[in-house]
Amino acid sequence: MNQSSFWRKLVAMFVVLLVSRNAFGQESAATTAPVAPIEFTTEFIVHNLWIMIAGMLVFIMHLGFATLESGLTRSKNTVNILFKNTMIICIGLLTYGIAGFNLMYPGYDGDATVDSETGEPTEDFEDSGFFKFAGFGFLANGRTLASADDAAAEDEANGNTEAIDAFNANTTQEYADYTLFTDFFFQAMFAATCCTIVSGAVAGRIKLSTFLVFATLFVLISYPITGSWHWGAGWLARRGFYDFAGSTLVHSVGGWGALVMAILLGARKGKYTDAGIRVIPASSLPLAAIGVFLLWFGWFGFNGGSVLNADPGLVSLTLVTTTMAAAAGGFTAAVVSWIHSGKPDLSMSLNGILAGLVGITAGADQMSGIDAIIIGAIAGVLVYFAVITIDTKLKIDDPVGAISVHLVCGIWGTLAVGLFGALKGTEQLVNQLIGIGAIGIFTIAFCLVTGVILKATMGLRVSEEEEEIGLDIGEHGMEAYSLSPTRLH
Amino acid sequence: MKKIESIVRHYKLEDIKAALMTIGVLGMTVSEVRGFGRQRGHKETYRGAEYIVDFMPKVKIEVVVDDSKSDETITAICESARTGQVGDGKVFVSTLDQVIRIRTGESGDEAI
Repeated sequence: MNQSSFWRKLVAMFVVLLVSRNAFGQESAATTAPVAPIEFTTEFIVHNLWIMIAGMLVFIMHLGFATLESGLTRSKNTVNILFKNTMIICIGLLTYGIAGFNLMYPGYDGDATVDSETGEPTEDFEDSGFFKFAGFGFLANGRTLASADDAAAEDEANGNTEAIDAFNANTTQEYADYTLFTDFFFQAMFAATCCTIVSGAVAGRIKLSTFLVFATLFVLISYPITGSWHWGAGWLARRGFYDFAGSTLVHSVGGWGALVMAILLGARKGKYTDAGIRVIPASSLPLAAIGVFLLWFGWFGFNGGSVLNADPGLVSLTLVTTTMAAAAGGFTAAVVSWIHSGKPDLSMSLNGILAGLVGITAGADQMSGIDAIIIGAIAGVLVYFAVITIDTKLKIDDPVGAISVHLVCGIWGTLAVGLFGALKGTEQLVNQLIGIGAIGIFTIAFCLVTGVILKATMGLRVSEEEEEIGLDIGEHGMEAYSLSPTRLH
Repeated sequence: MKKIESIVRHYKLEDIKAALMTIGVLGMTVSEVRGFGRQRGHKETYRGAEYIVDFMPKVKIEVVVDDSKSDETITAICESARTGQVGDGKVFVSTLDQVIRIRTGESGDEAI
C-alpha cells in the first residue's frame, strides 16, 4: 500500500466513526422520555471542579509514597516496593468501588439528627452508627437509592424516567457541592493511602503475596468501617469527634497497621544483632526528597479538598495552615537533629515535613496560621525522638519511619484539635481521645487477627536467603538498576 | 607476605569482617565486582522474556598478612563465608614482593 492511500483510508475511517457516533447519540436521545434540562449553578461548577482537582492532587501523593519508600530502602528491594505501591493504588481503587465507598458512606441517619430549629442533636437514631453496608457498587450508595425511590414514586404515572432522574440527582447540586462521581473519585484516592503507609514499614522482608492479601482486606474492610464512624456520619461524628482530613482516620489507621505488621514480621535480618544495632542506610536520598516534595504538593489537595467545596476563605486558610505546619515540622526536625546528633540530618528533616503535614491534617480548617506553626513544630520534634525511640529502644524495625510519622504525629494532630484553634476545650479533647482510642483498638484488632491468620496460612516473611539476595530477584526476578551486561536467551 | 583475595557473597561481608578482626587482621580493602564461576548467572525476567545475567554481583576482599598468619586468615575467611551452596566464592593467595607505608616509608612486615 502506498502512503497516500493509507492516509486516505485512515481519514475515511475517522469520518465513519464520527458520523456513526453522532447518529447513535441522536437515536438514544430520541428513545428516552422528555427530561427537564439539568441546571447547574456556577457555584456548583466551581465547587465540583475544585474537588476534582483536589482528587488529582491526592493521586500524586501515591507517586510521592512510591519514590519516598524506594529512596529510603535498599536498592535490592526497589522493584518490590514499587510493585507494592503500584498494586495498592490499583487494588485500592477497585475495592473502594466494589464495596469500600458504600461501607464508609452507608447513609447512617446521622445527617437528619440535628434539630433544625435549636441546632441540638436529637438522640433517636435508627442505627448504631457502628456498621452499615449500603450494598455492592458505589452507585448503589444509600442516598442514591433513596432518591431513586422518590423518583420512582413520582414517575409512576408519567413514563419511565426514574433512572435518569436518579442519575441526575447524583450529578447536580441535589447531591452536594459536588457530584457522586467526584465524591467517589476524591474519597477513593484517599482510601489506598492507608495501605501505602503499611508498605513502607514492612519493606524488605514481607512476602509479596501475603502483603497484597493484607492490603486488600485492610482497604476493603478495616479502613471504611472506622472511616464511617466519623466521615460516614457514624457514632464518633455524633459524639463530636473532629478529624478534618484524616490524622486519625487515614494516618493513624495506616500507622497502627504498620506497627502491628512490623511487630509480627520482626526486624530485617542483621538489623538487631548481639553486637548492637546495625544502621541500614537509605539507598537514594534524592528519591526520598522528590517523594516528600510530591507528598507536600499532594497534601494541598488532601487537606484543601477536604473542605468539600471551594469556599474561598476556608480553602485558602486550609492551604496556609497545611503549608505552615509542613515548614515548621521540617525546620524543627532539622534543628533538633543538628543539636542532638551534631549534624543536620536530611532524612529527619524530610520526615519532619511529613510529620507537620500529618499533624495539621486533623484541624487544618480550625487553626490560625500561628496554631499551625506550633502544631507542625511540635510534630517535627516528636517525629525525631519517635524515630530514635522506636528504632533503638523498642527495637521495631521501620525502614521509612512510617510509624513515627503517621501514627505518632497522627495521634498528636488529632489531640491538637482539642488544644488549639476554634474547637479547643476539655470536652473536645475527651472526644478526640475517645476517637483515637476506638479507632486504634479496632484497627489493631483487625490487623492482629488478619496478620496472625496470614502468618499461619501463607507465611509473612520471605526466606532468609531471599531476604539477603533481595526481594527484587527473589519475588520478581528483576533488578531495579540493571547494569550488568546481559544476553538474551 | 601474602595477599589473600577472596570473592564472596555480599551478605557475608559483615561476618567475614568480624571473623578477620577477631584473629587480628589490621586492614582490608573491599570492592564490588561482577563475574561468574561455575555457578554461572541467574535467571531474570523482563516483560515476560527470560534472560540470564551472566555476571553476578559479588564482593572482593583483599587482605595482606605476614606468612605466619596466612593459614589462619584463609581458614577464617572460608569458615565465615561458607553457606554450602553453589556460589560461595573463592580465595586466591599470592606472594607479595614488597609492601611500603607511604607516610613513613616503612617496608616489609612492619608496613602491613
